[in-house]
Amino acid sequence: MRSSLIYLLVFCLAGFAGAVLLTRPGVVSDSALEGLVGDPVAGEQVFWAAGCASCHAAEGATGEDRLVLAGGQRFASDFGVFVAPNISTHPEAGIGNWDFADFVTALQEGTSPDGRHYYPAFPYTAYRLAERQDLADLWAFWQGLPASDAPSAAHEVGFPFSIRRAVGFWNFLYMDDAFAVTGELDAAEARGRYLVEALAHCAECHTPRDALGGLDRSAWMAGAPNPSGSGTIPALTPDRLTWSEGEIAAYLNDGFTPDFDSAGGHMVSVIRNMAMLPEADRMAIAAYLKALPPAGE
Amino acid sequence: MTARSTLLKIALVATTIAALPALAQDVPAAVQARQGQFQIMALNIGVVGNMARGNVDYDAEAAQAAADNLVAISMLDQQFHWPEGTDNMAIDGTRAMPAIWENLPDVIAKWDAFGAAAQGLAEVAGTGLEPMRAAVGAVGGTCGACHDAYRQPM
Ligand code: HEC
Ligand code: HEC
Ligand code: HEC
Repeated sequence: MRSSLIYLLVFCLAGFAGAVLLTRPGVVSDSALEGLVGDPVAGEQVFWAAGCASCHAAEGATGEDRLVLAGGQRFASDFGVFVAPNISTHPEAGIGNWDFADFVTALQEGTSPDGRHYYPAFPYTAYRLAERQDLADLWAFWQGLPASDAPSAAHEVGFPFSIRRAVGFWNFLYMDDAFAVTGELDAAEARGRYLVEALAHCAECHTPRDALGGLDRSAWMAGAPNPSGSGTIPALTPDRLTWSEGEIAAYLNDGFTPDFDSAGGHMVSVIRNMAMLPEADRMAIAAYLKALPPAGE
Repeated sequence: MTARSTLLKIALVATTIAALPALAQDVPAAVQARQGQFQIMALNIGVVGNMARGNVDYDAEAAQAAADNLVAISMLDQQFHWPEGTDNMAIDGTRAMPAIWENLPDVIAKWDAFGAAAQGLAEVAGTGLEPMRAAVGAVGGTCGACHDAYRQPM
């Protein structure tokens, strides 16, 4: 009896130590980023491809207003409402006093400068796959963006999801270091995969989630319920989305379906981003979508 | 466009809507009417949109006609198309979100923005491909802005 109690105690302690290790927030060091020099012109392309403005600029913003990253947009989920923070260049209200390592640590490890986990409503799980050079370019472009003194609002997330440490366990389960689509890809398909999976995080909306809110990689881009209300977000696999590659690329540019219906919902903001990219990138995305495994029934 | 031809076109639009096959018997007439109105908009934007995309050759006359149709539709008084209780939470067969009825001034502003953009398109549609293409983009932006806020995804 006594020994089994001790056994239980040791077991719990070991489990706890393991959990602490597993859920420890990751950090990117300065030395890992040595030698990277950012190009702000290239960084603008990364900015649009990665869709930062869709979440951190004001809802429905167009034109120059999409460069004001004051935060405030609300994202409903099964776990509560997340509010995008101010990530403008303002030193107090925004992230103006961060260095490049803080930035990369946030975007690729989901860890804040004070060592806390971010919630995966911030798609660091995708940005984790981004090239460091692209992040250096993005950082250089971001330096030139306007400062906003709008204060960041708190998330409306209840217990137990309010415990950020628990995100570490989530990261252990879902933070992948590999692309979802593997196998032989030609140059355009591979470029499309990089844009879709590492930057534009299309799967965050177009892939269904499991009970813990992780993407179900076995149903990659197979469509999903709309997290912010009724209806469904359509599947993009070639058995479901039967548009030609040219039609897909055109939709990502002008927002019209082949029948000239006009895109709606959060896709409108995505299209505003995609329209800023070179045509070759939109075609690459279309080529990648055609290379997706079918969703089946 | 003269007032007479506008009236004629509105009459034409109205007959087309009435002639649309009932999509589903139990969907209220007002919902069918507004959906028909949007279908006509899509058809006409498709005429200029296909030219803008380079799918078909630019045709000044057809472009002008399509643009004029869009202007004509933008002038239809919308009050009968949007009765209370025809949102997607209340009935099936519609993607119109309840937020429409909570933000009517904004919805009307978005409809007016479509009208202004259609007017802009009508001014240049017959003058050449490049100016037409830019104006089509502007109209598309006004469709998207309203669908972004007020139309449920499939
Ligand atoms: C899908 C919406 C979404 C997109 C896209 C997005 N973010 Fe965020 N971001 C968030 C949310 C939500 C948070 C808050 C996370 C938290 O507090 O746990 C956040 C947090 C951040 C933070 C931390 C801010 C702080 O004060 O600690 C930074 C930095 C950031 N995002 C930068 C970016 C950049 C750069 C991009 C584009 C490459 C981007 N985000 C794209 C939603 C998004
Ligand atoms: C002021 C808001 C508004 C504007 C502007 C607008 N739409 Fe819509 N549209 C809606 C709403 C709301 C619905 C859903 C109607 C329903 O299902 O009852 C809709 C539905 C549609 C549909 C589907 C109709 C059907 O058969 O179910 C098409 C196609 C469409 N819109 C095209 C367009 C195009 C093209 C434009 C621009 C030229 C446009 N819309 C501009 C609000 C708008
Ligand atoms: C923030 C959520 C979100 C993200 C991110 C997103 N989409 Fe979408 N997407 C939607 C919604 C919502 C729709 C339905 C649009 C509508 O209601 O008209 C949609 C529709 C589409 C469609 C039309 C499919 C059809 O059958 O009508 C395509 C194509 C598409 N998205 C491609 C993409 C690509 C490529 C990306 C990444 C570059 C992407 N989406 C990222 C939400 C998103």
